[in-house]
Amino acid sequence: MLAYTSRRLLMLVPVLFGMTVITFSIIHLIPGNPAQTILGETATEEAISNLEETMGLNRNYFIQYTAYVGDLLQGDLGTSLRTKASITTEIGPRLAATIELTFFAMIFAVFIGINAGIISAWKQNSWFDFLAMVFALVGVSMPVFWLALMEQWLFAQELGWLPAYGRQESRDPIDPITHFYVIDSILHMDMKQLITSLKHLVLPSIALGTIPMAIIARMTRSSMLEVMKSDYVRTIKAKGSGQFLVIYKHALKNSIIPVLTVIGLQVGVLLGGAILTETIFSWPGIGRYVYEAINYRDYPVIQSGILVIAFLFVIINLIVDLLYAFIDPRIKY
Amino acid sequence: MPEPILSVQDLHTHFLTDNKEVPAVDGVSIELHKGEVVGIVGESGCGKSVTSLSIMQLVPNPPGKIVKGEIKFKGKNLTYATEKQMRKIRGNEISMIFQEPMTSLDPLFTIGNQLIEAIRIHQKVSKKDAKNYSIELLNLVGIPRASEVVDEFPHQLSGGMRQRVMIAMAMSCDPEVLIADEPTTALDVTIQAQILDLMRNLNKEKQTSILLITHDLGVVAEMCDRVVVMYSGKVVEEGSVREILKDPKHPYTKGLIRSLPNIRTTEQKLYSIPGTVMRPSLDQVGCRFAPRCEHSFDSCWEENPKLLKQESGRQVRCFLYDEEKSERGVTSNDKSYT
Repeated sequence: MLAYTSRRLLMLVPVLFGMTVITFSIIHLIPGNPAQTILGETATEEAISNLEETMGLNRNYFIQYTAYVGDLLQGDLGTSLRTKASITTEIGPRLAATIELTFFAMIFAVFIGINAGIISAWKQNSWFDFLAMVFALVGVSMPVFWLALMEQWLFAQELGWLPAYGRQESRDPIDPITHFYVIDSILHMDMKQLITSLKHLVLPSIALGTIPMAIIARMTRSSMLEVMKSDYVRTIKAKGSGQFLVIYKHALKNSIIPVLTVIGLQVGVLLGGAILTETIFSWPGIGRYVYEAINYRDYPVIQSGILVIAFLFVIINLIVDLLYAFIDPRIKY
Repeated sequence: MPEPILSVQDLHTHFLTDNKEVPAVDGVSIELHKGEVVGIVGESGCGKSVTSLSIMQLVPNPPGKIVKGEIKFKGKNLTYATEKQMRKIRGNEISMIFQEPMTSLDPLFTIGNQLIEAIRIHQKVSKKDAKNYSIELLNLVGIPRASEVVDEFPHQLSGGMRQRVMIAMAMSCDPEVLIADEPTTALDVTIQAQILDLMRNLNKEKQTSILLITHDLGVVAEMCDRVVVMYSGKVVEEGSVREILKDPKHPYTKGLIRSLPNIRTTEQKLYSIPGTVMRPSLDQVGCRFAPRCEHSFDSCWEENPKLLKQESGRQVRCFLYDEEKSERGVTSNDKSYT
């Protein structure tokens, strides 16, 4: 296990290298002069050469790349062209917002998805199975923005149960420590804030978690059905064990690996691709941050945003890979 | 004769495939007495395994279903037993070992975990005691370094070792009946002999009755007291091992025995029964072996042959031994079947 973990960690090095090369290249792959593109058509010669100077665009690629990676290693993601602020400090709270949302969306997706999949497989061809699979099909095919809008309409506007926008009450903002508001309100021992933060999380989490939930449910079901037919499940039944032991101990563990793969990929997708949900719910996350940067042609922010999302994706996949080996003793790369 | 410990009467297990009902087991009756080893012989697809799964009530449903018949274990009718009652019997009073040792153990749990589980389902013992007992069982089935193997995973063991683990698991609750579904088929010959020895000892020492399902007549000769020959879902012949092997009656059994390689004959080419097993179907009339039988005559195609019984317990399902039908009397010189 230790050897596997260290080997897997070593494999990160080339991946991270590739990532930085790609994000570094983004700015140089812009057709024409990058500084010109950033500043727009009406920019003066002087402004262009100034920008080239500050961004170091006039040096050779190798030196530029080394400087870029050197900065990254020190935790410096550069400076936003628009706000002139350090991207590292700007991105932190937004990253926390996105991670918090993703976490709750995945809790929702995993808990319901896996259990629905298990029951569907257990009671194959029953009305539950049928309903769950129809629901899963609808869930996969439903556009996120539509679901989000319907939720807002029903639960916020018509019923008034839950807030439709943002992460907190603007009248009563939370004093951030970690920028994960749920954790912060617990740290402040503030019950009211905790409930507010959780309330704000409900609708976006459901909107964001529905597609992964449906995918997880379908994956769990098919994987379980496969395992339930296996010889070892027959052996376990022949030992005289009850259904619960068969399903929740043996069948679930054996069928979880493909489900884990899907969960890992979905977490990655949610982290990077939540732009729609974040926009609709005015969620100040990283998706919206990058989206705004694109509007303002704020290349350093785009670069850093992509880099951070890619980095998270790689880390999630690392965790999934380590979990594989933890679950299945046969896995040795 | 004392009451059999396990008796199967007129068992019909059908499978629904492509909207067609296939009688995989079609009126099978078998008796197993205390301390006896009974072999069920027949080629692939003849219903041997389905018979054994039916006894355990483990036929995958759907598509399989026991539609008729009675399975009596120590006087209780298992066909009416609830799932809960069956759980108490499975692994406890009737144990089973399967053909595929490579895939019959859960790959994600240690040998110990799976043995302990088998023990603790039926016996109220602490985890620690169960583990010690597991090690003892592993020693008993001849696994070297048992105290280490108990913490290993199935993929770290060879096929023979895994089958020993399966036997240890089956023995864990001292069952009265052991159903062994082709336990040695997937193993090489030297290991086969060891596994058979192990089962024989179990039979001798603990008086465990064994239902041995196999297609290997060599295994039957070595292990069994009585043999039931099955063909296409039906019992075609039954008798003591000696009778069946020395003097087979049914043309199918004869064919099976003729197709064993014999060191004394000078024939270059090994005999094989022509044709293949036909898929059993509900609307079929006539003897199922008729298409492959060299002695078949009109009756064989028109009527279903009955199981003819001799007083000694010998049975055969063939018109050749039916006094009324067999005018030709090809091979029959004893007419004592009724």
